[in-house]
Amino acid sequence: MSTLLEVSGVSVSFDGFKAINNLSFRIGQAEMRAVIGPNGAGKTTFMDIVTGKTRPDEGRVLWGERSLSLLGLSEAQIARAGIGRKFQKPTVFEDQSVHENLLMALQGPRGPWSVLFYRPNAAHLARVGELAAEIGLGDHLPRKAGELSHGQKQWLEIGMLLAQDPRLLLVDEPAAGMTPEEREHTTAILVEAAKTRAVVVVEHDMEFVRRLNCKVTVLHEGAVLAEGSLDHVTADKRVIDVYLGR
Amino acid sequence: MRNSFVARHPSVLAFLALLALFTLGVSVLSEGFGIGLISTSFVKTLGKTLCLCLIAVAMDLIWGYCGILSLGHFAFFGLGGYMIGMWLMYERTRLIVEGSLAQGALPPTEQEVVDAIGTQIFGVVGSSDFPLVWAFADSLILQLAMVVLAPGLLALVFGWLAFRSRVTGVYLSILTQAMTLALALYLFQNDSGLRGNNGLSGLQNLPGVEAPQAVISLWFFWASALALGLGYLLAAWIVSGKFGSVIRGIRDNEARVRFLGYSVETYKLAVFTLTACIAGIAGALYYPQAGIVNPAEIAPIASIYLAVWVAIGGRGRLYGAVIGAAFVSLVSSWFTGGQIPDLVLGPLTIKWVDWWTIVLGLSFVLVTLFAPSGIGGLFDLWQGRRPPDRHGADLGPDAGALREREATE
Ligand SMILES: Nc1ncnc2c1ncn2[C@@H]1O[C@H](COP(=O)(O)OP(=O)(O)OP(=O)(O)O)[C@@H](O)[C@H]1O
Ligand SMILES: [Mg+2]
Repeated sequence: MSTLLEVSGVSVSFDGFKAINNLSFRIGQAEMRAVIGPNGAGKTTFMDIVTGKTRPDEGRVLWGERSLSLLGLSEAQIARAGIGRKFQKPTVFEDQSVHENLLMALQGPRGPWSVLFYRPNAAHLARVGELAAEIGLGDHLPRKAGELSHGQKQWLEIGMLLAQDPRLLLVDEPAAGMTPEEREHTTAILVEAAKTRAVVVVEHDMEFVRRLNCKVTVLHEGAVLAEGSLDHVTADKRVIDVYLGR
Repeated sequence: MRNSFVARHPSVLAFLALLALFTLGVSVLSEGFGIGLISTSFVKTLGKTLCLCLIAVAMDLIWGYCGILSLGHFAFFGLGGYMIGMWLMYERTRLIVEGSLAQGALPPTEQEVVDAIGTQIFGVVGSSDFPLVWAFADSLILQLAMVVLAPGLLALVFGWLAFRSRVTGVYLSILTQAMTLALALYLFQNDSGLRGNNGLSGLQNLPGVEAPQAVISLWFFWASALALGLGYLLAAWIVSGKFGSVIRGIRDNEARVRFLGYSVETYKLAVFTLTACIAGIAGALYYPQAGIVNPAEIAPIASIYLAVWVAIGGRGRLYGAVIGAAFVSLVSSWFTGGQIPDLVLGPLTIKWVDWWTIVLGLSFVLVTLFAPSGIGGLFDLWQGRRPPDRHGADLGPDAGALREREATE
């Protein structure tokens, strides 16, 4: 399977504290990967680096068939290249309706000029309706996103991620604040998405990770501690010591 | 398309209808065309107020919608005034000079005419040569183009430098203050080529037009009303669609907009430049009604007042900006006009001319504290609209569902 994203030898430090330490990671075109690790392991920082929010001190981040380096690109360019992200704390545009949130995320030209003259056509509206139904917000399209509950905001953000139609989805703790049934639904959406694209999920809930049924990468102190099937890594002595055994 | 747009935004239609009614009413009551109940000078005040409303709409676009607190938009307003002022002054002086030179025995050469105009215009600053910036002053078309181009270009260069290095928030506001201050100080110099602190004057006279001021004032009043109507329509159209969605997103969380793939800097630059152009047009209509434009108009405080108007009127809604600018500037000219009797409180005599700024400052503080949505917020009360107010602790789905019921009731 050809590689979609390759991160190699990346390090970053904040005021002398090494948050990411010589980290290497690779994921294929259509692959699901769970990333686990204790608080402060650097999981969110890893996503920050891939999406251009944080510049690494050293290392390479290569993207796509043509091995384009992402390090020189802005956040917006990286997003347009096909990397979508869901944040740990749900961040939606609270002052705008669910419909507007989804429409803004919907795949399409991003330049000011084309956006100025953009008017949603029937296909776009249908897609928004479809997404809203999928995330259980079909009846809430005209409501302001700020009114939604925490769980609904999580859903909306997942919907926005899908609307972007990215080739790589970085999903940070999607199940926080969801009921067991909602978690199952999230799993189903992510598994479905991973059939055609790469999905990286950060999650603390082991049950959730088990249901994803995929390769697992364990991060610790900014580096990869173990990698493999869930059973393989959970049997690893070091993983038990730093993470599971706590 | 236009019909459906107006239909979807009834407030735009209501605004345009009110503006048209107001324009008609003033015309009927004016000295120039009507029954003479409203004096010419008050028609000018009203016309100027419409121009201030237009720049307030621009300010609302950049601040209320895009979240950039620019404290420099009066620089663009003033520049627009200077650009049209140059033509007005040049052309009027040319007519006068040609008239007087024609008395001589020989017809004057072109160079003699230009020299005489130069002496007339720049005599006050001890010069008679035309500086480079006056290169197009003899052409109305070019100078009208400059009304949009000069502020637009300044905004483009300034905005490109500022946004590219991701200056935001208070720092950006300070930078815009510095820009307008620098421009004012530059224009104050005699060798800036725009007559130093004298500014450009006599702008109320249209060259070659015989009509009395009572009529001219109404022409400008109509032009200002038209510009405000079109500007309002343009702004409403811009903020209604996806573009509006994106810039409001930038206001609320610009990092998130970036991760959706929108180049935030480009959007900011576009809005900044567009609003500068609108401000320039507003200024070009304002100063011929004021009669004079000088560097004091561009002083940093002017742009701060603009922000105060928009805040009092209610930012993030276009009619709020218009209400704020109209209300505050009219009340202000009433207070500072000296018509209100002094208030005697025992030993303290309150002279409104001096105390007005304090009243204004106080109401700004009160509005910011107690009515953040300004006067325009009254419309929400009337329509029973409430902003989503769920910024408390994030709760899980069960507890959240409880609060959801509160929000929909
Ligand atoms: N911008 C920053 N400035 C300073 N320190 C930072 C910054 N970003 C991350 N860190 C530090 O880097 C370390 C890794 O943080 P990160 O958020 O990546 O952890 P995480 O694995 O996502 O943890 P959690 O499971 O709690 O979400 C933490 O010690 C954090 O304090
Ligand atoms: Mg994290």
